Amino acid sequence: MAEKNVPMREALRAALIEEMERDETVFVMGEEVGSWQGTHRVTRGLLEMFGERRVKDTPISELVIAGAAVGAAMAGLRPVAEIMTINFAFLSIDAIINHAAKVHYMFNGQFRVPLVIRAASGWGNQATATHSHTPEPIFAHFPGLYVACPSNAYDAKGMLKTAIRDDNPVLFTESIALYSKPSLIPEEEYLVPVGKSDVKRQGEHVTLVSYARGVEWSLEAAAMLAKEGIEAEVVDLRWLRPLDLEPVFESFKKTNRCVVVEESLPHFSFGSEIAAQLQEAAFDYMDAPIKRVSAMDVPLPYAKEIELMALPNAQKVVDAVKEIVY
Amino acid sequence: MATNTRSLDKVTLLDWYRQIVLIRQFENRCDELYHQKKITGVYLHLYSGHEAVGVGAVAALGEDDHVLTGYRDHGIALARGVDAKPLMAEMMGKRTGVSGGKGGSMHLASRAHNFWGGYAIVAGHLSLATGIAFKERYMGTENVVLCLMGDGATNNGYFHESLNLSAVWNLPVVWLIENNFIGMGTRIEDSSGQPELVKRAVAYGMKQGPRIDGQNVIEVHEAISEAVAYARKKGPVLVEALTYRYKGHGVSDKQYDARDDLKRELDDWQAHKDPINILKDHLLAGFDGIEAELAKIDTEVHEIVEEAVRYAEASPVPTYEDLIRHIYVE
Ligand SMILES: Cc1ncc(C[n+]2csc(CCOP(=O)(O)OP(=O)(O)O)c2C)c(N)n1
Ligand SMILES: [Mg+2]
Repeated sequence: MAEKNVPMREALRAALIEEMERDETVFVMGEEVGSWQGTHRVTRGLLEMFGERRVKDTPISELVIAGAAVGAAMAGLRPVAEIMTINFAFLSIDAIINHAAKVHYMFNGQFRVPLVIRAASGWGNQATATHSHTPEPIFAHFPGLYVACPSNAYDAKGMLKTAIRDDNPVLFTESIALYSKPSLIPEEEYLVPVGKSDVKRQGEHVTLVSYARGVEWSLEAAAMLAKEGIEAEVVDLRWLRPLDLEPVFESFKKTNRCVVVEESLPHFSFGSEIAAQLQEAAFDYMDAPIKRVSAMDVPLPYAKEIELMALPNAQKVVDAVKEIVY
Repeated sequence: MATNTRSLDKVTLLDWYRQIVLIRQFENRCDELYHQKKITGVYLHLYSGHEAVGVGAVAALGEDDHVLTGYRDHGIALARGVDAKPLMAEMMGKRTGVSGGKGGSMHLASRAHNFWGGYAIVAGHLSLATGIAFKERYMGTENVVLCLMGDGATNNGYFHESLNLSAVWNLPVVWLIENNFIGMGTRIEDSSGQPELVKRAVAYGMKQGPRIDGQNVIEVHEAISEAVAYARKKGPVLVEALTYRYKGHGVSDKQYDARDDLKRELDDWQAHKDPINILKDHLLAGFDGIEAELAKIDTEVHEIVEEAVRYAEASPVPTYEDLIRHIYVE
């Protein structure tokens, strides 16, 4: 099987191109997706390849980008709308939550919303308080929406293709910090199924549960822990909705210990949800409290020293593991 | 298909009369049923007083054109030809309702009629209308989207972003404001720096349509027919119809009991600008001996509404399976 090392940005771009070539109803819209070539270069060259009909630059109008994409999807197209960064999706949130996620249910199945909203997510490079959000769990709160959070280029490509083909609305988040990171990608087509977690590393002493960028820290931490004889199992959820916790429960029944690793904030969080579900499903297997490694409960500051202080990393994961593995 | 207003025949006018009376009687019956606690919940916004806007505007559309509106949606559904039975069943939260009893009064829709729904987030549907219209452009088809909204809907971001995008992308949308001079309890002068709402078209560089008498179905039909023709060939148009709500904001609105000024205003509209009376006068003046036909329509409509009520009352309520169905496309 021929494979190539491809950064996530290019893997996503390839997914868009393949799906646009395969299905004429797929189109791209958003701020700077066309002539600017995409803020994150994911849509680079698409305007030249597919023309203005299918690559739609929009005004700075996050609400109607999302809302018009919902309408176009209801009418039978397959929009891939880009919100430049997920920070700006707070302006789209009504269209996403009150419309994308609701119309199928509210009108008793009369309309479908085969929509993908892509949004770059995450902090880094001193982007500061308004530009450093990772609010994926907020969106995952709502039934009716899928939330995709790939952790690497391979998954990103397969998941984006799946998301485009699915008949449900998908919020597809892309960690900015991962855009340049490569993984081996086969030349032939593949898909990654909706709502399937993936065990990224096997181990018997502790279960690390994460998604997106947290998977990277978890794997890094696992490598550090392995040097001290602690073998961590890393479960990458990949989708926050549908949430596939079976592999987490399975792993926990073996390790009896769990650390949840998340890029987001700690209150009312992904970590809280996993901890709650885990104790309900596998209380009898629990040998230690479930730990959470999250961003600190502060708005993100500018100065690098304190920005980094507030954020999770592999060392913090190692420290948390050591608190419960003894 | 759009009728040529100048040669409006008796059949067309009687059809509009039938629709307007149907909406009026349907809404009156909803009001009663609410007070008898057969229609429950907190939201029920009646279209009484607005009938000529919906009927005249929807009559200007072809079958393949699209309609969306806000939560004051019963009249639009009826004008689009949706059967009164599943509409009444939806009011009562029955399984046989147009939205399976899951949408309620504010979320009526019928895909088969290209009636894309009532939407209860003020102005939210404007963005959907933009997307539906985009699909027409994308496919190279020529159908038009009629998007109705209240005057209050012109003041949030959905309005601005949707109208602007429709202009930038030159989409086939007729934006129709049903200006009843008030949103809940806030008068137009207190909510809009420019109370002549149609003038806002200028800001978007889109065609500014007329500001019309929304109580005269013939005038509404003529204006919207022109707007539809323009949208079909050229691009978006903004039209404003002046109208009045007869039953307050919704069934829980008590303002009219408490305020004499509002009560007088309402009485004035009902006495002098009632859409049924205006059309009736037109018909009586134009067609000899039509009185009997009008009376016959009134009786027939009464029976349609009663049949809808019987159907709704006899219908089953949704089940647990309905509760968990259609969250996602399976
Ligand atoms: C986004 C949003 N804000 C507030 C409300 C509450 N609300 C419902 S109807 C309404 C008034 C709308 O008035 P208008 O658009 O003039 O329509 P009308 O009721 O007069 O037909 C308000 C404030 C809402 N449903 N959605
Ligand atoms: Mg109003």
